[in-house]
Amino acid sequence: MHKEFIMGNAAIAMGALASGVNLVAGYPGTPSSEVLETVAKKRKAGTYVEWSVNEKSAMEVAAGAAYAGARVMVTMKQVGLNVASDPLMSLEYIGVKGAMVVLVADDPGPISSQTEQDTRTFAMYSKLPCFDPSSVAEAYQMVQDAFALSEKYGTPVFLRPTTRVCHAYASIDLKDEAEYQVHQPEGFVKDSKRWVIFPRLAFANHAKIEARNDGLKTEFADYAGNRITEGAPGVRKGVVAGGISYAYVQDALAKLPAEVRPRLLKIGTPFPFPEPLACEFLKGLDEVLVFEELDPVLERALLFTIGHNSLNTKILGKLSGSQPRSGENTIDGVLNSLREFTGSSVPMQECASKELPPQLPVRPPVLCAGCPHRASFYAVKRAMAGKKTIFCGDIGCYTLGNAQPLDMCDTCLCMGAGLGIAQGVGHIEPDTECFAFVGDSTFFASAITGVVNAVYNQARMTLVVLDNSTTAMTGHQPHPGTGKTLMGEVVAKISIEQVLKGIGVTVVETVDPLEHAKAVATVKRVAAEPGVKAIIFKSPCIAIVPPHEKHAVDDAKCVKCKRCIKELGCPALYLEGGAVRIDQALCTGCTLCAQICPTHAIGACHE
Amino acid sequence: MNRNIVLCGVGGQGTVLASKLLAAAAMARGLPVMSAETIGMAQRGGCVFSNIRLGEGVHSPMIEKGTADLILGFEPGEAVRMLPFLKPDGAVVTNACAVVPASASLSGFDYRGETMVEYLQKAVKKLVVVDGQAACAALGSPRVLNMVLLGVAVRTGELGLALEDLLEVLPSQVRPQFVELNRKALTFNL
Repeated sequence: MHKEFIMGNAAIAMGALASGVNLVAGYPGTPSSEVLETVAKKRKAGTYVEWSVNEKSAMEVAAGAAYAGARVMVTMKQVGLNVASDPLMSLEYIGVKGAMVVLVADDPGPISSQTEQDTRTFAMYSKLPCFDPSSVAEAYQMVQDAFALSEKYGTPVFLRPTTRVCHAYASIDLKDEAEYQVHQPEGFVKDSKRWVIFPRLAFANHAKIEARNDGLKTEFADYAGNRITEGAPGVRKGVVAGGISYAYVQDALAKLPAEVRPRLLKIGTPFPFPEPLACEFLKGLDEVLVFEELDPVLERALLFTIGHNSLNTKILGKLSGSQPRSGENTIDGVLNSLREFTGSSVPMQECASKELPPQLPVRPPVLCAGCPHRASFYAVKRAMAGKKTIFCGDIGCYTLGNAQPLDMCDTCLCMGAGLGIAQGVGHIEPDTECFAFVGDSTFFASAITGVVNAVYNQARMTLVVLDNSTTAMTGHQPHPGTGKTLMGEVVAKISIEQVLKGIGVTVVETVDPLEHAKAVATVKRVAAEPGVKAIIFKSPCIAIVPPHEKHAVDDAKCVKCKRCIKELGCPALYLEGGAVRIDQALCTGCTLCAQICPTHAIGACHE
Repeated sequence: MNRNIVLCGVGGQGTVLASKLLAAAAMARGLPVMSAETIGMAQRGGCVFSNIRLGEGVHSPMIEKGTADLILGFEPGEAVRMLPFLKPDGAVVTNACAVVPASASLSGFDYRGETMVEYLQKAVKKLVVVDGQAACAALGSPRVLNMVLLGVAVRTGELGLALEDLLEVLPSQVRPQFVELNRKALTFNL
């Protein structure tokens, strides 16, 4: 054992390595990405890793490896699970040899996601056991427990941390390499009765799955991650918490007077719910308050337990209206609820500031200074000015193209959906110029079938691929177009242009968006063509290439029209006492502002 | 010893590295450390914060309002935004220089760092204002703001750590070619 200050996601990776994981596959998505990145960094020769093209591919690759007896992990964010759900739902019926941990990071808030879906609910639906860690240290422990459980029962197992566990750091005890398990996969053994899913097999295995999960309710009652902490004598109130909310409850309870402290039940396995332990907890309690984020999973399980066992305890939570139905919990919110619930008169924490603060600026996230996406959006905006258009956006940094002043994202739904939405709008409004914007990683992940659909079904639309040669939003992971793999191999780049031409897109033009006039002319020309046509805006993300010469404003030439600020919204451009300035720390020398300045007042600073 | 520290600023200012260095220094002193970071979309120019908690008996990586011993503001408006987290006799160390968001430039909101600093002077008893721009210019790099601020913060004594604690763990946290520059920034005297 040794101590390390480590991020929750890194702790999960280290726990998987300690469990002798043979293969890890995933697709990047906040807040999950650092898990696979850490495995890739810390792995030994026996562990294969890959960024798969999407979560479905990752799940299937991992399933194959697990069929061959390997210990595997699949990593994704909660919406990625939707993509992987097709193979996973069937895989639960087939089961695995070896072991499979499905790491899905949920994002209450949501902070960086489209939905507030709850993987604990998905666990019930898909019948997979689910671990829900409340701290970095517990995430490290639980991933190892999840591997053990998976191997014991031959089932995939969920580990579902949330953002505040994934992106928390803590100094925790980690195993030394000498303590790691070593797992030698047996190899695939042919047995079509086991590996080929047919209705008969699904029927037989369904019954086994339900019986196993019934048994797990009792087995989990003795699991260390589920436990009761006794309250003060005579107190007939209880608190139930899971995930990060349990950490908030622990800190909050320490502030309450000892004599009002309620009995506490921590749940680390929301599914199957440890019913016998809950019964023991509920004994002698009049009222129970539940703290959890997203769905009222624990609250429902408690209500079920009460009904199932003819108990008589009142349950307060989201369903009863006592707790917020959306968003993340906070330690302040938990403390306030506990004050009220226990009737304790602990005064509210005093704050330093009593005076009302001055107006603060809002800071929505924006495209970086010099981001080529800004130039691409601006080129399309100029080229299509005055025309009836729809700009269908997608998932990635370029969703930020929706912000003023660009205002170039009319819709955004899920990975790859922009293509389909553009087609649908076009079928109903034939006089609208329909554009779909998609990034290079998203293109490979989930847009190709959309292009095939458009070409086959005779849509009229323009696809704009924003190719910045990386997966920027999630931290610059490689993808099929980059020519690099997570194993460090240099491989042939898959050409987006060739893919589009192969599908039958008739016009495919590639242009540098930072050559503004040329980019505008290209958009005008391509948009006028019939059928499905594509523009590839190719320019690397500013974070992966060195900056060019920084630019500055020549006050003698600047007429203060502020066109650069009003049209581009680049964070490097700002006003200082009426004069336009360029923040030298942010400018990358993309030259877009210089190209649109009507008086040529912006130029390179020759130092 | 228990300490709650809030680092706050705008995505891209280097709060994450500062919080890691602080954590490493505390760990070298044998203190348990917990922290929470903003990672994701907000890193693109949005508001970012780190919560750092030093000492035993702590469970939540997030800090409760009114309990921070020190707020380290990389941007004065962000220090104001986080002020509800400061305990009544807590300290604030802040950069004086504002980062003006594109939204302010567009809406005509005249956002100034001076207004924020004036408010902080009224609201906070223990306040140190740092001219981050001047310090970075003197050091020859816009990337060392985090180390300059951290150096000032540790010298207030409010963190319960010494400058030497930070210097000792610095080589383990930055690439070899940047150790000297960051050492200069940490020890930079205003």
